[in-house]
Amino acid sequence: MSTKEWPLWEVFIRSKQGLSHKHVGSLHAPDAEMAVSNARDLYTRRSEGISIWVVESSQVFANDPADSDPLFEPSQTKIYRHPTFYEVPDGIEHM
Amino acid sequence: MKEINMTALEQLFQAKIEKDIKIEPKDWMPEAYRKTLIRQISQHAHSEIIGMLPEGNWITRAPNLRRKAVLLAKVQDEAGHGQYLYSAMETLGESRDKSMADLISGKAKYSSIFNYPTLSWADIGAVGWLVDGAAIMNQVALCRTSYGPYARAMVRICKEESFHQRQGFEIMCTLMKGSKEQREMAQDAMNRFWWPSLMMFGPSDADSTHSQQSIDWKVKRYTNDELRQSFINASVPQAELIGLTIPDKDLKWNEAKGGYDFGPIDWEEFRQVISGNGPCNAERIAARKQADDNGQWVREAASAFAEKRSAKKAS
Repeated sequence: MSTKEWPLWEVFIRSKQGLSHKHVGSLHAPDAEMAVSNARDLYTRRSEGISIWVVESSQVFANDPADSDPLFEPSQTKIYRHPTFYEVPDGIEHM
Repeated sequence: MKEINMTALEQLFQAKIEKDIKIEPKDWMPEAYRKTLIRQISQHAHSEIIGMLPEGNWITRAPNLRRKAVLLAKVQDEAGHGQYLYSAMETLGESRDKSMADLISGKAKYSSIFNYPTLSWADIGAVGWLVDGAAIMNQVALCRTSYGPYARAMVRICKEESFHQRQGFEIMCTLMKGSKEQREMAQDAMNRFWWPSLMMFGPSDADSTHSQQSIDWKVKRYTNDELRQSFINASVPQAELIGLTIPDKDLKWNEAKGGYDFGPIDWEEFRQVISGNGPCNAERIAARKQADDNGQWVREAASAFAEKRSAKKAS
């Protein structure tokens, strides 16, 4: 029988209605269905979730951390994208 | 000075560490940092897995249904904690199967404490209170470790473990309110588990080979001796409150240092247990191997089922 390692799955849990799924960790399982049932045992022993997503780790494509600066630095200088950049005269309460 | 030969990457890495910026899996890291983490996280994972055995020993003999349900939940948690830690280890590029094979072959190390037997029900109290107490002391500090996935696993583990220590202390409290035999049983467990619990923090700082580098990398945030002292300071009043005696005639409050002075630890015993000569080393590894062997058909069946299901979907 096969002795090869089962694929790795990334697990995402929605903790309650109204919140998005959040990455909680990973586990091994032979297929997606069994990954969900393992995730239920491993990550929801204390009612942490009401919905589980699993994604095979090899399917996750990420940016190269070496490119982080050119990717993310430009937004740091654009502080005018935040409301706190603007002056609001005294006397105006909500804007 | 070592900084002179540091490459740009190493400098960037060390700068992040200094600024308490977590290191994440795909970030560049020195090979030695990676190796240190793989060693530490895998040993930690193995300890969770082997740690199920001394307590599992009492599940069928728990004195009532409440204690049984609690112990079962605790042992399940330990299994889960092992899994979180193996996951964290895998992010460093180490294979889980290889690591688990190293445990069964006896190549890998785990916490020396689990090589002591649990002879009476009071031992389950002592393990929860002292062994988990010592583990929590260590793990709370590790929530701030510099490697992101390890720190996140620790946060989750600490949250879950807070009941482990309380349930152990509750067992001790109940026994100490019981008959003379029950009080003696609790004291006997205390006598056997106190010193091995102190050894859980590892060798004294002066003799610890990995300590300083791990502190510099912020893998460890406190030294072995600092954590051990905190554990003693916390545990002594707890023991006194319920009438247990700490088996250390040198134990004495030291006002100047704001902590207890304590007697010498038998490091020869620690060395013997860690190198395979403890009371239960062979038994623990044999039990782990048996569990692995007995699970083989389940893993094969799961693989076969997955293949069948996938073939059905394709057709």
